[in-house]
Amino acid sequence: MGDAATTAGPVAGTDTAYETVIGLECHVELSTRTKMFCGCRNEFGAPPNTNVCPVCLGHPGTLPVPNERAIESIVRIGLAFDCEIAPHSLFHRKNYFYPDMPKNFQISQYDLPICVGGHLDVEVDGEGRRIGITRVHMEEDTGKTTHAGATGRIAGADYALEDYNRAGVPLVEIVSEPDLRSPAEARAYLTELRATLLALGVSDVRMEEGSLRCDANISVRPVGHPEFGTKVEIKNMNSIRSVERALRHEQERQVGVLAGGGRVVQETRHFDETTGTTTSMRSKEEAFDYRYFPEPDLSPLEPDPAWVERLRAELPELPAARRRRFEQRYAVPPAQAATLAADHAWAAFFEEAAAGADPRLVANWMTGDLAGLLNEAGIELAGAKVGPRHLTALARLLADGTISSAGAKAALAEAFATGEAIEAVVRARGLAQVSDEGALTAVVDEVIAENPGPVEQFRGGKEGALNALIGPVMKKTGGSANPQVVRDLLRARLSR
Amino acid sequence: MTPTIDVDHVARLARLVLTDEERERFGRQLALILEHADRVREVAAADVPPTSHPIPRANVLRADEPGPSLSHEDALANAPEAEAGMFRVPPITEREEEG
Repeated sequence: MGDAATTAGPVAGTDTAYETVIGLECHVELSTRTKMFCGCRNEFGAPPNTNVCPVCLGHPGTLPVPNERAIESIVRIGLAFDCEIAPHSLFHRKNYFYPDMPKNFQISQYDLPICVGGHLDVEVDGEGRRIGITRVHMEEDTGKTTHAGATGRIAGADYALEDYNRAGVPLVEIVSEPDLRSPAEARAYLTELRATLLALGVSDVRMEEGSLRCDANISVRPVGHPEFGTKVEIKNMNSIRSVERALRHEQERQVGVLAGGGRVVQETRHFDETTGTTTSMRSKEEAFDYRYFPEPDLSPLEPDPAWVERLRAELPELPAARRRRFEQRYAVPPAQAATLAADHAWAAFFEEAAAGADPRLVANWMTGDLAGLLNEAGIELAGAKVGPRHLTALARLLADGTISSAGAKAALAEAFATGEAIEAVVRARGLAQVSDEGALTAVVDEVIAENPGPVEQFRGGKEGALNALIGPVMKKTGGSANPQVVRDLLRARLSR
Repeated sequence: MTPTIDVDHVARLARLVLTDEERERFGRQLALILEHADRVREVAAADVPPTSHPIPRANVLRADEPGPSLSHEDALANAPEAEAGMFRVPPITEREEEG
């Protein structure tokens, strides 16, 4: 897709071109074994209220103790974004009444977060952009509320049900600067953010399961205008694609309001997946007063600089660096390099397969047919029956002409279903292409005799008519003929 | 100068309904607390950093090891109402805000 320009205008009836300004707030659930402040298990999908204890249920007199693994994870996230790791940071209480937090406050960070001032480099339409990251801070997730009643929505619910398994799960908030200039850039940022977190191994970052959540702030302004326009916050987007769709819709809506002489109202809007539109959730009449104050039950965090430097040195290769390496070392096209580098499992699979065959062929078949098969089967690469050696074999047999593209397609599909070796599939299914001219000549002559029309046309100088003859040859050989050999053979027989 | 405090605002934030007598009494008490804090500010020199914690300790952490959770029955034992293994709470008419 990709936006043609970073502006949303000019719109009909006006000459003004508008510029879009977007900032994203992402919440990431860490995949630690236990919760942030107690030893309850951190697991998705457990029966309601089975991973709860007096601490995360907010019973009086209990004391929270931070999970050191979570602190290590957030420091690694900060380092990956080139943030400064604060020598002194504090937890604060954020006070509010909502039944998803049984304590009536959430432990978060306020003016002294652990990580400040980083950036993430993204690529949009082949152009690099550096997006600032304001801060990365540590907090705890809330419980899960189910609104029960006639409508199943908040409005009109008769009561609500609370499951506190998620209450207290380590949650990292990553706040970007308002540096994004289009929905496509927002998508690129989220994709890169997700890939980076995946490479760090700190979260499974599944938007559909809520382990990665994103709220967006968006405003528009006439191009060249120094001040930002009035911003709107959008919530309820559960995929990277939804974020882009919601922003695209909201950008158009705001430009429409301004172009019509109206004013954008500062509010929170809710994205509706089915209609692809945003609707107002109720204006913020008074600013929330969270009465933040330092959490008296938790000590400050003062990470040892030597420990921080050790974590920095131990950071894995991040997707941006890996992408560049795939492009340079293996000559893989940028789009395919991005796909392969974004996911650790894919990158490792690719490098192993590419060690024994032409990397460009491996990349092509991984991002093409293999990705398609996985998608169709609805499984992850790790759960597939084919491994790197299948792709190596496939690329080798393709490169030396043993199989055609069509043969490779069939062989991969079969191996994907059974896990059998590519060579065995090719043999058993007779997928090896016939390149032996002697064996093909009889078929070629037969086809020439049966198709006087195309033969006439070709002899009359119509090059394209050759295809009308290649088809029947392929058909008669059950797809096993090497198309290049057939083409050469036809040409030779016809020009005699 | 005697500091003032908006008792109604504080009561609203705490979801408390106060009688006139309480409003007046708490207003007086809260003013005393603020006065006390002001006196501390007078003694604290500019070179004294704000204290968030009285004991100078940092990095009190725990290993990421699972500990015991409550049994499902115990967890819900004190719930005024429960349904389908969950805490049943009054309807939420307005989203106050989330984390």
